[in-house]
Formats: sequence, C-alpha cells, structure tokens
Amino acid sequence: MTHVAVAQSFLRRQVFSVDHKVIGRQYLDLALVAVFTGMLLSWLMRFHLGWPETPVPGLGKLAPTGAAGGVITPEYYLALMTMHGTIMIFFVLTTAPFAGFGNFLLPLQVGAEDMAFPRINMMSFWVTLLAFLVLLTAFFVGDGPPLSGWTAYAPLSAVGEDAGPGQGAGQTLWAISIAIFCVAQLLGALNFIATTLDLRTKGMSLARLPFATWAWLITAVIALVAFAVLLPACILLILDRVAGTSFFIPGGLVISDRLQPHAGGSPLLWQHLFWFFGHPEVYIAILPGFGVVSQILPVFARKPLLGPRVFITCLIAIAFLSYTVWGHHMFLSGMNPFSATLFSVPTLVITIPAAIITLLWIGTIYGARLRLTSASLFALGFVSVFVTGGLSGFFLAQPSTDIYLHGTYFVVAHFHFVMGVAAMFGIFAGTYFWFPKLFGRMMNETLGKWHFWLTFIGVYSIFMPMHYLGLAGNVRRYSAFTDDYLQPLIPLHRFITVAALFTGAVQLLFLFNLMRSRLRGPKAPNNPWEATTLEWSTSSPPPHDNFGGRRAVVTHGPNEYGVTGPGGRDYLMQAESQ
Amino acid sequence: MSTAILPPRPPTPTVPVASVATADGGPGDSHVAQTGVWIGIGTITMSFAALTSALVVRQSGAPDWQHLHLPALLYVNTLVLLASSLTLESARRRLSPLGLHVTVALGLLFVVGQVLAWRQLIAQQQLLASGPSSAFFYVFTALHAAHVLGGVGGLLYVQRRLAAGVLALSTYKAAALYWHFMAVLWLYLLALLTIRG
Amino acid sequence: MGKFFAAVVTLIALASAAIFALHIWWLPPDISTHGSRIDRQLNETMIVAGILFVAAQLALATFVWRSGGARGPIKTFPGGATPMVVLATVLVGIEILVLTFVGSKVWAGVYQTPAAPGSLQIEVQAEQFAFYFRYAGADGRFGGMHPELMNDATENFFGLDPANDTTARDDIVVGSLVIPVNQPIELRLHAKDVNHSLYVPELRIQQDIVPGMVIPLHFTATQTGKYELVCTQLCGLGHYSMRAYVDVKSPADFMQWLKEQSPAL
Repeated sequence: MTHVAVAQSFLRRQVFSVDHKVIGRQYLDLALVAVFTGMLLSWLMRFHLGWPETPVPGLGKLAPTGAAGGVITPEYYLALMTMHGTIMIFFVLTTAPFAGFGNFLLPLQVGAEDMAFPRINMMSFWVTLLAFLVLLTAFFVGDGPPLSGWTAYAPLSAVGEDAGPGQGAGQTLWAISIAIFCVAQLLGALNFIATTLDLRTKGMSLARLPFATWAWLITAVIALVAFAVLLPACILLILDRVAGTSFFIPGGLVISDRLQPHAGGSPLLWQHLFWFFGHPEVYIAILPGFGVVSQILPVFARKPLLGPRVFITCLIAIAFLSYTVWGHHMFLSGMNPFSATLFSVPTLVITIPAAIITLLWIGTIYGARLRLTSASLFALGFVSVFVTGGLSGFFLAQPSTDIYLHGTYFVVAHFHFVMGVAAMFGIFAGTYFWFPKLFGRMMNETLGKWHFWLTFIGVYSIFMPMHYLGLAGNVRRYSAFTDDYLQPLIPLHRFITVAALFTGAVQLLFLFNLMRSRLRGPKAPNNPWEATTLEWSTSSPPPHDNFGGRRAVVTHGPNEYGVTGPGGRDYLMQAESQ
Repeated sequence: MSTAILPPRPPTPTVPVASVATADGGPGDSHVAQTGVWIGIGTITMSFAALTSALVVRQSGAPDWQHLHLPALLYVNTLVLLASSLTLESARRRLSPLGLHVTVALGLLFVVGQVLAWRQLIAQQQLLASGPSSAFFYVFTALHAAHVLGGVGGLLYVQRRLAAGVLALSTYKAAALYWHFMAVLWLYLLALLTIRG
Repeated sequence: MGKFFAAVVTLIALASAAIFALHIWWLPPDISTHGSRIDRQLNETMIVAGILFVAAQLALATFVWRSGGARGPIKTFPGGATPMVVLATVLVGIEILVLTFVGSKVWAGVYQTPAAPGSLQIEVQAEQFAFYFRYAGADGRFGGMHPELMNDATENFFGLDPANDTTARDDIVVGSLVIPVNQPIELRLHAKDVNHSLYVPELRIQQDIVPGMVIPLHFTATQTGKYELVCTQLCGLGHYSMRAYVDVKSPADFMQWLKEQSPAL
C-alpha cells in the first residue's frame, strides 16, 4: 500500500508535475534529445555531401529503403534535411530558450510561486512531447519522412504521394505534428504573459523586471500571434492533403503524368501564411538569447548593462517590426515585384534596434572587470556570431542582391549564424549560468571552457565558408553536386564536413559534463555568480513553492552591479532586505 | 530532490461565493483568469483573422468561387447562442444555478444546430471538397463550434465550483467573458460568410 | 583568457574578411546587360558590411582584451548609451537609405520594367525534374497549353494539341535554352507540378516558377558560350539533378539552329 502511494507521488512530482521548475527541466531534456537527434541528421547530411558514394556504417540497417547498404539516396538526403530543420527550429530553438528556460526561470524571476495556470502549463509540455513523437513517427511509416523542407512549400507538400516518397503519410504526420506543436506553444505563451502581468511579487514593477523576463514576455507575445497563424495554416494544409480541398493547390497540375483533381488554390497563400509565422519564429528563437546575454554579461562584467531602457525599447521595436517583414522571404516567389521594396525597407530598419542592442553589449564590456567563465565566454561568443549572422542579412534584405544569392548557401550561412548558432550560444550560456539553480550542482568549468573554444572555432569553420559557396552560386538543398560549375567547390564542402563532424563531436563533451555534473557536481551555493535577480535569493534548486513559504519583496532593479552593497559586495540583490 | 524539506505551503486562498460577491478584487481574488481569457481572445482573433485573409486571397485569385447559400437554420442557431449569452449574464449576476444550466443547454443546442446545418448542406451535395466557399464554411463553423464546446467545458467547471461553494467571482467573470466572445465571433463569421462566402 | 579570446576573434574576423576581399571564391563573370548593376550593389554592400563586421569584432576583441580579469574600478562607456543609439541609427540608417535608394532602382530595372519591344519570346515549362523550352516557330504564335494532354511518356511536355490547333504545329520544343547574343529575351515561366526556380548565375537571374501562374522574366546576354541553368526551389527527390544548358549563340548561328529545329511541314 505505502509502496504504491510513494510511486504515485513520485509520478506526480517528477513526471506529471504542475511545478513550473519540473516542467522547465522536462522541456530542456526534450530539447536535449531533439538537438542530438537533429545534429545526428546533420552529420549524415554533411557526410553525404563530402563523400556521396561512401557508405555510412550501420545506416543501411537503420534505413533500409533510404540508405540501402549505407549510401544515402537523394530522397533520403532531403528527408534528413527536412527533419533536421523541423526538429531544430521547433523542438530545439523554440523549446529550449523559450519554453525550457522561460518556464523554469520566469516565475522565479518575478517572485511567483508558480505559473498562472499550472495545469495548462503541464499540458503544454505533454502536448509538445506528443508533437515530437508524431514527427519522429514519420521516420518509420510507408516511404519515410517528408522531403519538402521545414517550410513545406505547397503544392509539393500538399498533393500527396504522387509528388515523391515521403510525401504521403510522412508529410501528413509532419503537418499534424506542427499543428499540435502550435497548440502547445499557444498554451505556454498564454502562461508566460499572464504570469508576468499578474503574479509579480511586491515591488516587482515592470521597470524592475529582469532582462531575461522581458525577453520571454515579448517572445511570448510574438509566439502567441505567430503560432495562432501557423495553426490554421496547418489545418488547411492537412485538409488539402486528406480531404481533397484546394486551398493551396491550383488546377491543371500534372504530377507523375497524372492530372491532379484540384482547382483554384494558391501556392503563394501558403508562403504568405507560413512566413507570417516563419519570420517572427526567428525572433522567438533569438530574443530569449538577447535576454539571457543581457542578464549574464552584467553579472560577469561586474557592471550594469548599458542603457537598460534602450534595450527594452529595442526589443519591443523588434517585436513590432518582425510582423512587417515576412515578404523578404518571397522576393523571387512570383509575388508582385512592387511589394519587394515595401518588405525590404522594414527588413533593413529592423537592423537598427538589433545594432543598438549589439553596441550596448559591447559598451557594457568596456571598462568592466570581466570574469571569464564558460557562461560569460558563450555570452561573448553570442555577440560575435550574432554580428556575423546579422551583417550577412544585409545582402538578403535587398531584393537586388537577393536575385543572385536567394536559394544559395549564402542563405544557409546567414540563418545558421543568426538564429542557429547564436541561439545555441544563448542556450549554452544559459545552461552554464543557471545549471546550479536547475540542479543544485556546479558544472565543470574546465570542460566548459574547452567546449566553448572548440565550438567557437568549429562553428566559424562550418558556416563562414558557406558564404563563399553562396557567392560562387552554390545552390542549397542539393543532395549531390553534379553540375559542372559546382565541381570545383567540392573540396570546400569536404572541409565543411570535417569541421561539422569535429564540432558535433565536441558537443559530446558538453553532454558528458551535463550528465556528470547533474549526478556528481559539487553542491551549488544559493548565489554562485553573485547575481542580483530573485532566483539567486532562494536555495539551489529552489523548494517546491520557490521561496520557502516566504514572499520575496523587491526593493531594487536587476541592474545594480558595480555599486557599494552591504558587506562590501559590489552588487545589490533585487530582494536585498531579506 | 529537496521536496522533503519543504516548509508548509500557505493555503490557497479560495473565498466562498457569498463573500466573493462583495470582495471582488480583494485579497485572494486575482484577475489571472480574466487575463488568461483576454489573451486567449487575442489568440483566437488572430487565428480567425488569418483564416479571413486566406479566404480573401483564395477568393480573389480563383475562377472557381461559387457563392454558398447558407442554410436558414444558421439564423435560428444565432438566436440560440445570443440567448445563451443573456441567460449567462443574468445567472452570473444573481448567482443562479438554474440560469447556468440553461446556458449550458443552449450552448449544446447551438452546436447540435450547427451539425444539423451541416447535414442540410451535405444533403445538397455541398461537401468540404466541393468548392472553396463550402470548404471555408466548414472550416470556420467547425473551428468555432470546437471553441464553443471548450466554453461549455469552462461553464461546467464553473457549475461544479459554484455547487461546491468555492468559486471565485473573477473566474465566473472570465468564463462569461469567453462565452460572450463566442457570440461576437459567431456574428462576425456569419456576416463574413453571408457577404463573402 | 580575455587576451586569448581577443586573439581568436581578431584572427577569425581578419581571415574571414581577407577571403572575401581577395575574391578567392566569388561570383562568376557577369554576361548580362543588367548584371553589372547587381554586382555593383553587391560589392557596395560587401564593403559596408565588411567594415562593420571587422569594426564590431575588433571592438569586442579590444574591450575583452582590456577588461578580462581587470581588477580596477569599473568605467562607464563615455556618454553612456546615447553614442550607441546615435551611432547605430545614423550609420545603419544612412546605409539603409543608400542601399534602398540605389538597390530599388536596380531591382526595378530588372523586375518592374516591361521587356523591350521585339524581345524574343520563349516559353519555359518546369517539371519534376527537367526544364523544357518552346519557341513559337515560323508563325510567331504559340499553341495553347492543355494540362490533360501533358505527358512525359509521349514527350508532350507543354500539352500541345497539334491535331486541332494549327498554331501548335510549328512550335519548337527543346531541352536547352538556346538564345542569340545581345538580343532581349523574354521568358514566360510555367510549372507543371510543383514550385521550381530558374537560376543562371552568369546571367544574374533567378526566379521562382509557380504552378498556376505565368511569370515573365527578361534579360539580354552579352557573351556567347554555354552556361548552366539550375533549379533552386526544392521540388522533390531529383531536385539536385534538375538543370539545363543555356547556349548563347551569335545571331547567325542562332538562326541556323532555329532552322534546323523547325519541323518539316
């Protein structure tokens, strides 16, 4: 009897828990599984691009149709690419920085006991997990996973299996998975906003909100609008696929010599709906990184963030502008060329707040007493890769230069730097910084620093050369380079492949550090980094109700570094009076 | 984990209904439910706005658009839904359980009415895949009906809490807000489908 | 550690920029009349972005070099946040104005002007996974396209109906884009099944081809030779192999070629 009762309570506490901290950790664990899955797929892709004829040991058994004898077929390459993009963007770059860290930290940072709607919060995680499992199922059905990319352009994604292997059940599962994911993130974003608006503790005015919480709040607003549009778009796509409607499929299509039974739909409608979500999604991935870096840099620089109000104003400006720029993905899509200029201007304008924020970070480092830890190194690395990724955006934001570079590896380089690598660096910085609070133990700093150096050099070796490929006209989403003009670029592809395999292997160092520190790391004190925000006022990890039955009373802003505090400290906690 | 050394959790403040009626906004009566519903309304509005723009785009470029004659039953359903808003408002003000039962019944009646309207259309061979106007009709009405059923779920929750005497007035207000929004959304959809469908 | 970080960032920034500046990998030579303007726009953007890239990375490196492990009193950036706001707004703002003003003219020249009168009209059919090109033939008129007649097995890629449609009888359908040099060309792009995109790096043209739409694209080639035309919109498993050749011929050679292709009537 008692045994059963204990088992139930373990399930309640650690599995089906409504505690935001457990849910946050669950999200992070899901992202960890997803990121290594996505990385494995990119390894296979890169290996194939470097050495297309060489079999991958063991892959023939795992994917007998897609890679018979271990050699990846063109369709399996595209399937790997589609799944890599989908997993990384939805289940890593959305779940980790936003849902994962946000869930664990936002209630702590505003001084709440939990999220506003704990049950909805729990549902949000389990629905996300369901979406992930549905997506993975696509690997094991019929002709395998879909191959129309993470953007799923119609009609390729809408017409069904006539369009190729994986376009049957695999593509349907993709659309269902993303629709489910939208529901999950809407539930999550609802909680983030309600919690920040209503459950702030005494003294926690909006002006005293920590920067990371500001970023999560604004991200939640963006997510609410973005996923609210992607959800109906996915429903229409599913109906086109399974119910014979023609929302995105025009008439008169002949595929595999069969006239398709559809009429009147608009392929561009899908692109408009998708990118209305898709561009803000970039900011869903990166804005939490902005918040994390803005919170971490002052801690390790031992001085306040330069221009905190400017920072928040810029975040809000980016959020607004993010909804006016989606057409820059569609300059060459066949939409009215006059609208290209209309979309180009806000796209270029959005670089102003982004540039201001970058300069604020650099100005914060000026004259600091910089402590170089794994967390601060990744935050500094974030600044570097974000600058790199942001500047290549200049070329793609202009319709005239996009004519040449659209559809080439230049685009791949751009978005991997600006939303892939930069967001990952934000996640790494956040992990090293908040690990003590997440698990009550410290991570190994030596391993962490090696992880940083090798990763930093690694990502530049992978993605910087992709700009050069793009300038040479190298088309993306090709499973092999058989064109005459692409042959001379193959050595550069091999270099990138070696760099990718190496950088991927370095991540095992991180995984090892993560797992070992979780079990054996030295016990963490309450405030190991001498930071100001509320999560550092409570124990590591915090008790179930976050502040041990007391209510944190906030007396200071989050940015009080480089001051004369009590006991000779150079900072003031937000809840100093406790 | 550290759950073993938890200090006693402060009791969750739930104020009985009778006192809530006067203690609106007082201690323990958080507005969080209403905030949540407002955010939800924003999201739902955005989703239906996206579908509306999809309809406009799909209609503008298509040679195959045929106007759909809406079944007259929809107007009866409209009256049912509007009536349910009125009964809910009076039930909420008087804290009358009977009014709440009537509202739930009217809500379910509305959904049944919508299903009957679909059956009429199906009988006229107006199916989901028959054409763009009927496709949009089914998408709009089905999504709206699903949201109404969600609202019925919310009202049932209110009913249970009310019966147990632990309902916060703000929760009731939030549920009512959502319910009225369903009526407003339906009026919008009806107008859209009449004019553009 | 701060100095090491500064050194690594500096090295990465300078090496990356040098490879751009030395054109070790660069665009193929331009062979179109409009391409030089695109190239100039790209070069100007490259210079500005390059300067901003190196400046930002070096600023980051310098500040980390100096403040890494520093123990003295902290210093606020001179002027606080204001110079940052002004710097970013003015520098980036001017850049945006210039790029937009010049760039939109370049774009307009390619996409917002009609093709020159007397352009050679060529119809393009894109399908999984090939391009086909159609010339009007002696009558100067294209036959109508009928989706129900499109069939790869019978090689009726455009769905022509020569039995009933006299204008279709002399249409020339080939697998390469053969064009005369220095003559304006207007392509009319059709897709039979899914999205495709037509990209010729040397011609500085790229345009999506969308089923259900007919999209015009015009250009003039300035040099004879054979170039590759590839698909840049994900279209299915054979996407990587979807290509054709652009064969730019002298006017005389082109006329000769056209004559050879004309079906004997």
